[in-house]
Amino acid sequence: MSPSDPAASSRPRFELPPGTGPDEPVFAEPWQAQAFALVVALHQRGLFSWSEWAAELSKQIARPGAAQDGSDYYQHWLSALEVLLSEKGVAGPDRIDAVSASWQRAAHATPHGQPILLENDPERR
Amino acid sequence: MTDNHHYHDHDHHHDNELDPFAARVKALETILTEKGLIDPAAIDAIVETYEHKVGPRNGARVVAKAWAEPDFAEWLARDATAAIASLGYTGRQGEHMQAVFNTPDTHNLVVCTLCSCYPWTVLGVPPVWYKAPPYRSQAVINPRGVLAEFGLKLPEDTRIRVWDSTAELRYMVVPMRPVETEGLSEDELARLVTRDSMIGTGLPLRPGSLGPGALWPPEADPGAGI
Repeated sequence: MSPSDPAASSRPRFELPPGTGPDEPVFAEPWQAQAFALVVALHQRGLFSWSEWAAELSKQIARPGAAQDGSDYYQHWLSALEVLLSEKGVAGPDRIDAVSASWQRAAHATPHGQPILLENDPERR
Repeated sequence: MTDNHHYHDHDHHHDNELDPFAARVKALETILTEKGLIDPAAIDAIVETYEHKVGPRNGARVVAKAWAEPDFAEWLARDATAAIASLGYTGRQGEHMQAVFNTPDTHNLVVCTLCSCYPWTVLGVPPVWYKAPPYRSQAVINPRGVLAEFGLKLPEDTRIRVWDSTAELRYMVVPMRPVETEGLSEDELARLVTRDSMIGTGLPLRPGSLGPGALWPPEADPGAGI
């Protein structure tokens, strides 16, 4: 069914991670769930086909240095989304970097326990 | 990821910190909302759906119905996409489903060697190990070894068939109905069907192993699909 991969024999064998069970949480952190939902929503809106998405995600996952335990899966997911947004002319890396930095400044400027709002970024506007 | 961002800069110990990935996702939400490409409320609804409503219970209902009704099993074998949709579980990605049935001679195992294609509509979001490189490579090369890691030892003469999912075609395993389940209702049967038994890395539970409240709360509404 799949071509055999000569490099695979040198890979570590599969070991079931501890704590695995039917009730394990599907997302380790809230941002992972949000990144997941963004892709589902943008696909529904027709920004990209699911095959396009799977092809880009596969590319990101196949890059060297992927964690063997799959813990960086949603980082690849996010990278794949950023690539597609850039390709589709929605937002390039510079714009995403800038808004991301703005969110981090806003978080800094927001007292603990209060909702973080982008308006709290002191450098904004 | 959670432990690598203790900046402790200046005197801002009580300020909020955003994980770099969390900040990037927020940035994307901001940009996409400004451009009118997403509605934040819809994003929240999708998260809620996948975290709490869609899960292996959908698939368990499909399997239980196939165990209980030979006509449905036949339909599921012939056209899984339609048979599953008849229960209200339809894919958002326009993917086709194929149900692969375990028999006394053949055990089926599902993987996605490329990335993480998975039958979300019936099984929810895939577990971490399904997306990890060792499973994706070893399930094809050494399926028996992988199954042993899950504590599943099959007879030597049982054939193991590995199915490689794609973006267009997703597989789910229909395990064999456990013995001593005559007279159980479809709901009771569904409670025996585990997520792993529908990926092929496990078998259904035996009726005796079902304690009160085992598996998942039966009162929780699995939702009407997605």
